[in-house]
Amino acid sequence: MIGTGKIKQYANVLDKPLGKGKQEVSLSAFAFLFSELVQYNQTQVDNISELETRLEDAGYAVGARVLELLCHRDKGNRRETRLLGILSFVHSTVWKVLFGKVADSLEKGTEHEDEYMISEKELLVNRFISIPKDMGTFHCGAFVAGIVKGVLENAGFPAVVTAHFVPVEGQQRPRTTILIKFAEEVLRREARLG
Amino acid sequence: MDTNDSLRVASLWHSMHAISQQLSPTTGCSEIELLEADTFDLHIFQSLTGTKLFVVCEPGTQHMEALLKVIYELYTDYVLNNPFYETKIPIRCELFDINLTQAIQKDRVALLGR
Repeated sequence: MIGTGKIKQYANVLDKPLGKGKQEVSLSAFAFLFSELVQYNQTQVDNISELETRLEDAGYAVGARVLELLCHRDKGNRRETRLLGILSFVHSTVWKVLFGKVADSLEKGTEHEDEYMISEKELLVNRFISIPKDMGTFHCGAFVAGIVKGVLENAGFPAVVTAHFVPVEGQQRPRTTILIKFAEEVLRREARLG
Repeated sequence: MDTNDSLRVASLWHSMHAISQQLSPTTGCSEIELLEADTFDLHIFQSLTGTKLFVVCEPGTQHMEALLKVIYELYTDYVLNNPFYETKIPIRCELFDINLTQAIQKDRVALLGR
């Protein structure tokens, strides 16, 4: 008999190692799904800020799960305790896993101590979306802001996260900035840790 | 051409297309692809779903079919993926317009360069 390959059979399905899974998903499929998500929520709300809140909540659930998964897979079950640590985690690891690339930049706000900004030339979720003029300041990046909020809050750094358009000269489309405003206790804890 | 004119051409064309399918002298003919007139050419592209795209251009312009295919791709990307687009109303998507003008400019440059 020609040698049959030996595949280790696991008695219990829970003992099977977690595979990394397929790394790539079709962009069109995601764009379509996201567009349907926005449309569905539009029928359920009365005004724009409620729509943004709904998208944020959807992103929050994703963020919580992504944090757990990445802590297990990429960081070997260690958790971040410092502010800069968690911010660079979001900026590089989370962005890499979700969008395939590191975020464009991470900056500290100049006006307030507790503000940080992650900016991106064009968010992947917004790539095919043109916002009509009468929707004003609405930003579909509220979904991504929700993801960041989910990651931060479940890691123990409560924050208020919002997405904004920042017009840039020389470019037709404005840049997107995710503004992160940490809660008081985070700053106090950070100051205590030195 | 403003919106009303485009709507008029579109509805006129839709009926002409249906009639031409019945009247065609050659068998197995599915649609009108090109209308040649004195001052302009009208190229049509029909997708598998029945959406028709047409381009009005100067007589004798080459490679319009390729341009129409590119425009169809842009349409599916920027219009159909846009959650704020409702079907059957005129398209008002910023990204679609930007990319459309870019595609036409690129085409024009390529033609002039030849």
